[in-house]
Amino acid sequence: MAHAGEAHAAEAHAHAPQAFIWRYVFSKDHKVIGVQYYVTAMTMALVAGLLAMLIRVQLAWPDVDWGFVGRLLPMGFQGGAGQPFVMNPEFYSMLFTMHGTIMVFFVMSTAPVSGFGNLLIPLQIGARDMAFPFLNALSYWTFLPGCIVILSSFFVSAGAAAAGWTSYPPLSALQGAIPGSGMGQTLWIVGMVFFIASFTMGGLNFLTTILNMRTKGMSLMRMPLTMWSMMLVAILGLLAFPALVAGCLMLLFDRHFGTSFFLPAGLVLSSQPLLTPEGASLHQGGSPLLWQHLFWFLGHPEVYILMLPALGFTSDLISVFCRKPIFGYRTMVGAMGAIAFLSFIVWGHHMFISGMNPYLGMAFAVGTILIAVPSAVKTFNWLSTLYKSRIQFTTPMLWAMGVVSLFISGGLSGVWLAQAGPDIHLHDTMFVAAHFHLIMAGAALFGVFGATAMWFPKMFGRLMNEKLGKVHFWLTFVTYYGTFFPMHYIGLAGHMRRIYDPYQYPFLKHLQPINQFITVSAIILGSAQILFFVNFFWSAFKGKKASENPWNANGLEWTTPSPPPHGNWPGEIPEVHRWPYEYSPPGAARDHVMQHEPATEAVPGH
Amino acid sequence: MSTGVLQQKPGAGGTLGRGPGEAAPGDGGGDGAPGIIGDTARFGLMAFLGTISMLFIGFTSAYLIRRTSLDWRPLRAPGILWLNTAVLLTSSVTLEAARRRLRGWDLRGVMSWVAATGALGVLFLVGQVVAWRALGAQGVFLATNPHSSFFYMLTGLHGLHLLGGLVWFLAVLVQVRRMAYVPGEDGLRLFATYWHFLAGLWLYLLFLLFVL
Repeated sequence: MAHAGEAHAAEAHAHAPQAFIWRYVFSKDHKVIGVQYYVTAMTMALVAGLLAMLIRVQLAWPDVDWGFVGRLLPMGFQGGAGQPFVMNPEFYSMLFTMHGTIMVFFVMSTAPVSGFGNLLIPLQIGARDMAFPFLNALSYWTFLPGCIVILSSFFVSAGAAAAGWTSYPPLSALQGAIPGSGMGQTLWIVGMVFFIASFTMGGLNFLTTILNMRTKGMSLMRMPLTMWSMMLVAILGLLAFPALVAGCLMLLFDRHFGTSFFLPAGLVLSSQPLLTPEGASLHQGGSPLLWQHLFWFLGHPEVYILMLPALGFTSDLISVFCRKPIFGYRTMVGAMGAIAFLSFIVWGHHMFISGMNPYLGMAFAVGTILIAVPSAVKTFNWLSTLYKSRIQFTTPMLWAMGVVSLFISGGLSGVWLAQAGPDIHLHDTMFVAAHFHLIMAGAALFGVFGATAMWFPKMFGRLMNEKLGKVHFWLTFVTYYGTFFPMHYIGLAGHMRRIYDPYQYPFLKHLQPINQFITVSAIILGSAQILFFVNFFWSAFKGKKASENPWNANGLEWTTPSPPPHGNWPGEIPEVHRWPYEYSPPGAARDHVMQHEPATEAVPGH
Repeated sequence: MSTGVLQQKPGAGGTLGRGPGEAAPGDGGGDGAPGIIGDTARFGLMAFLGTISMLFIGFTSAYLIRRTSLDWRPLRAPGILWLNTAVLLTSSVTLEAARRRLRGWDLRGVMSWVAATGALGVLFLVGQVVAWRALGAQGVFLATNPHSSFFYMLTGLHGLHLLGGLVWFLAVLVQVRRMAYVPGEDGLRLFATYWHFLAGLWLYLLFLLFVL
């Protein structure tokens, strides 16, 4: 054994590439790829976050003079030469479209899944790398062009896509409909196809690695819940994204080659009917609803692609910092499986006002409300784990508890929106924006911050600064609620979700102080993220050196040096004898027993 | 214990890209890793085929909804499609012949059967282009009616997947020339899985477009 281990270690090291470009740029090492994904996603988050700030300022003070911002972004503003700078309405549509697209796909699907998935999967299941390292590298180098294409769309003549992150036709299918329907929309489609190709390669790798590369003793039911979430996310991605590829392809054909998949007859553009030279309708028979079905068949599982990793991180973090086994491991696995399954049959709840048969709407509503059951199971399991434990309030733990909080508050409004009746009133109002920013965006974001603080040692061999981390958490937590909670209220009062100037309707005028409160809160929220970036880069270079297992956790990733060497373990890969949740077992010498420690009489395997 | 690397089958990494010396299935636990499903590259390929299937299922749902609209004018299949079908199915048969010989230590003719497979694949693509041109000559183009839109799009997409298969085929051809496949082992299995899948997919598309 020992001999083989040394030989293997030597072999693993011999294969670590030495040249900088192969080691850190075109690397096939899952840890490097994970960090590349993470840093790219966070850079995209910075861009999308700035877009959100512009959206918020416009909503709170629609007649503000933008001054130097207008000078900086000439494509979005009119004014100058003595006139005040005013935002173009078309630019506003581009802002919320690109904010949504970038955040959902290029940040919140990427940082937790492609970032932490790549970093953690081999480390937590006990493998030297992913199953297909070359495919893994290819996946990142497909993702990056996607980012560049999406960002570049701001700089084409007519501007970026502006049909919303859902890109509903006919707005997205007719090139002349609005400025954003031109080149920007084409780039949106191309960027999305790059993203999906990259995510598919990642998904194949995730699924194969988790199923086939586990170390000795690592049965499925001994895997950390993070690994379960990654496996389910991979399955969701592989099965759901192809529907969007199909939709994107048909959209591209409708836009550029004159087909009528999504375009009906009788369309009128700037008071001119769209006709062929012979005088017949240019398009006919197509159905915009078809796009909605294809989009949401992906779109709803996509929500759980964002959420599930955060739920997995939270379970693991809570157990570590409560020093207690996670309550109801099996039900946690079952609940995540149930959520993943249900996510495929509830897409219609995004389309209640599209004129669907009420009985069909009811079926979608029932399926959606059913998701409350596994979600409640998860919540109660977390609360039971927290109950009567000696909580260690470290930064990662604060984020994990933030996830629980957001998951509950966002989930409660989900029950309203799940039913067709209330949804007809609330659809496309700020209430929806409040709901999904709390549960989907917020829970995923907090999960990523928690995971960053937790596994930072395995990325850079150092710990993040706890004081700065806590300040960052509390500022973010308070202003996050400050930003999104009041949106419920203005949404109920009828404030539209996508509106350039709330002053244009008298019935919205009295809501303007709330809008301004939200914006102030959002600006503090945005500024607080500077603390995170400072902490991240400062700690990566100057942070406190981390030991192998700084949190006294049980997973296999804590049995190897921080950061782990190429090949992940200097010697033989450890063998697993128990689950990763053996905290405070009675009769043990320490308050935790790690996964690779052999079974003893006091603490048998699990 | 950790001899996974040495036991790795030639070509098992396939085009999915596990180089020699990189992690092999069950590497972590030597021979004791739990619950391994077949070999790793094969499992990855099967998952990929599942993804491709979902893509065409997505198109199928769009097709089934779109064909209920009033402007639907069914196309007549160009006759050459049936010939193309025969060509593609024959290429699957020749590939099986090559596999059988390789498995049975009968190395004579492996090269010719493999080459025949690729040649038939190319012939199929040429035939598909001929079918497109035949339709074009009748004035039926991509945007003519919804059925023709689906026809061009689905055959084009299938052709692209087959083109990808031909790129893989070139890698297989090089391996055969170098005698890199171990006689008695099924080194062509992964490629055959993909190739037969494309034949099956073609039969399905033919059924969807012209029989249903």
